[in-house]
Amino acid sequence: MRKLKYWEAISEALVQCMAEDKNIFIAGAGVDDPRGIFGTTLEAYRRFGKDRVFDIPNCENAFAGIATGAAVAGKRPVVVHARDDFMFLASDQIINLMAKWKYMFGGKNSVPMLVRGITGRGWGQGATHSQSLHTMFAHFPGLYVIAPAFPSDVKGLIISALHGNTPVLLFENRACYQIEEEVSEELVPIPFGKARVVREGKDITIVGASLMAYEALRAADILKESGVSAEVIDPRSIRPLDRETILASIAKTGRLVIADTSWNLYGFTAEIAALAAEEGWQYLKAPVRRLAQADCPAPVSKPLEEAFHPTPLSIVKACQSLMELDVDLRKPLTDIQEHFQGPY
Amino acid sequence: MMRIRTIEETIAARYPEGEMRTPTHFSIGQEATAVGVCAALKTEDAVYSGHRCHAHYLAKGGNLLGMVAELFGREAGCARGRGGSVHLNDPGVGMIASSAIMGETIATAVGTAFAFAMDNRPHVSVTFFGDGCVEEGIFHESMNFAVMRKLPVLFVCENNLFSVHSPLYLRQPRDIPIYARAQSYGMLAQQVDGNNVEAVYEAAVKGINDIRKKGGPFFLECMTYRWREHVGPLFDTGQGYRTQKEIDHWMARCPIKQASETALSRGACTPDQIKLWKNEYQTEVEKTIQSVVGLPFPDTKGLLEGTYS
Repeated sequence: MRKLKYWEAISEALVQCMAEDKNIFIAGAGVDDPRGIFGTTLEAYRRFGKDRVFDIPNCENAFAGIATGAAVAGKRPVVVHARDDFMFLASDQIINLMAKWKYMFGGKNSVPMLVRGITGRGWGQGATHSQSLHTMFAHFPGLYVIAPAFPSDVKGLIISALHGNTPVLLFENRACYQIEEEVSEELVPIPFGKARVVREGKDITIVGASLMAYEALRAADILKESGVSAEVIDPRSIRPLDRETILASIAKTGRLVIADTSWNLYGFTAEIAALAAEEGWQYLKAPVRRLAQADCPAPVSKPLEEAFHPTPLSIVKACQSLMELDVDLRKPLTDIQEHFQGPY
Repeated sequence: MMRIRTIEETIAARYPEGEMRTPTHFSIGQEATAVGVCAALKTEDAVYSGHRCHAHYLAKGGNLLGMVAELFGREAGCARGRGGSVHLNDPGVGMIASSAIMGETIATAVGTAFAFAMDNRPHVSVTFFGDGCVEEGIFHESMNFAVMRKLPVLFVCENNLFSVHSPLYLRQPRDIPIYARAQSYGMLAQQVDGNNVEAVYEAAVKGINDIRKKGGPFFLECMTYRWREHVGPLFDTGQGYRTQKEIDHWMARCPIKQASETALSRGACTPDQIKLWKNEYQTEVEKTIQSVVGLPFPDTKGLLEGTYS
């Protein structure tokens, strides 16, 4: 099987789904420009042209509603936000209408739609261009929220989104775009609410959402050198959440570390910790540890930015504290976005 | 109009009994905009509305039992008792949705028109909204998009001069009428007496013809007036935000009274026929309420149903 990068897997999923369903269109600021949303919409634009891949005026909230009105009338919109921070502008339509449509109108019709939000990372993206919104939107019933870290997963989940009838929000961390792995050439859907056990282990469970699944894998490599076997779980979908896979892992390892690209307070890490406390407490041999962004807006200056994000080393340290082990951290790690210089 | 008025007045009279546990915004006094516009539409044309949606729902052909059952919170309601008075819908007759957040369904109507245009379907999409929505960003975003894409949208602003209790002149520039703001986007627009059903109908027909012939949206500002309180069945003159004189002025221009007088003067009907119609509608709504009261509430086992497809 050939390998694809994350952005290539997104592109391929969109193109293949658009080829089989003429009602799919892609809309968003810049989707048809020469950079094509970091390459993800270039091929779709080349294949299907401006009638199905088109730029829109700056109207995030109205367009979320326009896409909803089009979806109800039989279309299947893919709306793209090159920075998910702009989805705050669209949150009225997404939360108050799109999410509630099926329920509050008595279940007669659905809103089949995929909203892509890209989370910035690297090169000092700053407070308003690097937030992860998966945890906020996952609060609201009626939406599916996905934030996979790996190429085959993002392809499979996009296929499920474009085959289904529920509005789906996909959060893509910009730092995942260069991750590469084998991806099926076929249209193979991955179900919502099914986690991926990225690596099996027996001593400690690390649950990481989005980029943190990849960082957890890097942490697991370091831990392995000290003889610690870490199990890494990428939930892939934030809502619905695969509680069973996470609980089964805790039952096996007895230790839990959770990492996220958003904040701890009331967030993804809190949810997984609550799951462990409510349903997995009898398995726990040690307290749960949570890693997330520092509790402040994202800073720009390089040393501050480095201190802001959780890293493989901070994950290792958290695991180490639970294992009562001293792991040798001789090799400094390069941040995944160290060499990133744009385009943004 | 008379049917809508009779239905709403009957509901208003029974509302204080406490069986209809849903905040209800009556359209009483504003029926001509709903009826005039919807009379110009086909079943396949789409209608969206806001919180004051009873008249639009009924004028588009929405099922009466579905509406009454929704107000009574019954499973047979048009939204299965999940939506209430402000979320009436009957997509089978083109009444797509209503929403209680200001201006939301302006955008969705534009989106449905966008789908019509993409698929070359010959329908129009109508959005009814009040003067309060004109202050929202989504109103401008939606107009801009509809104009840029030349979409078949009929914007219908029901200007009833108040947003809850705040008068229009304190909220928007006095010297620039609402329809003129639509014109500033390059849209064909006109203001019409919203209490004159024939004038509304003719303007809607003209608007829809323009949409079909010239392409692009049309904007209709209907000047009208809400007789009762913002939400609830009562009159609210005692509250002091408007005068009895002002209400009397508008009640004298009742859309049903005007239409009846016109019809009688033309010999199109007799006073006895009007009374007969009124009785028929009264019987219809009372029978509907009677039958709805006997219908079951939703089963709590179904609480989560419909959250996901």
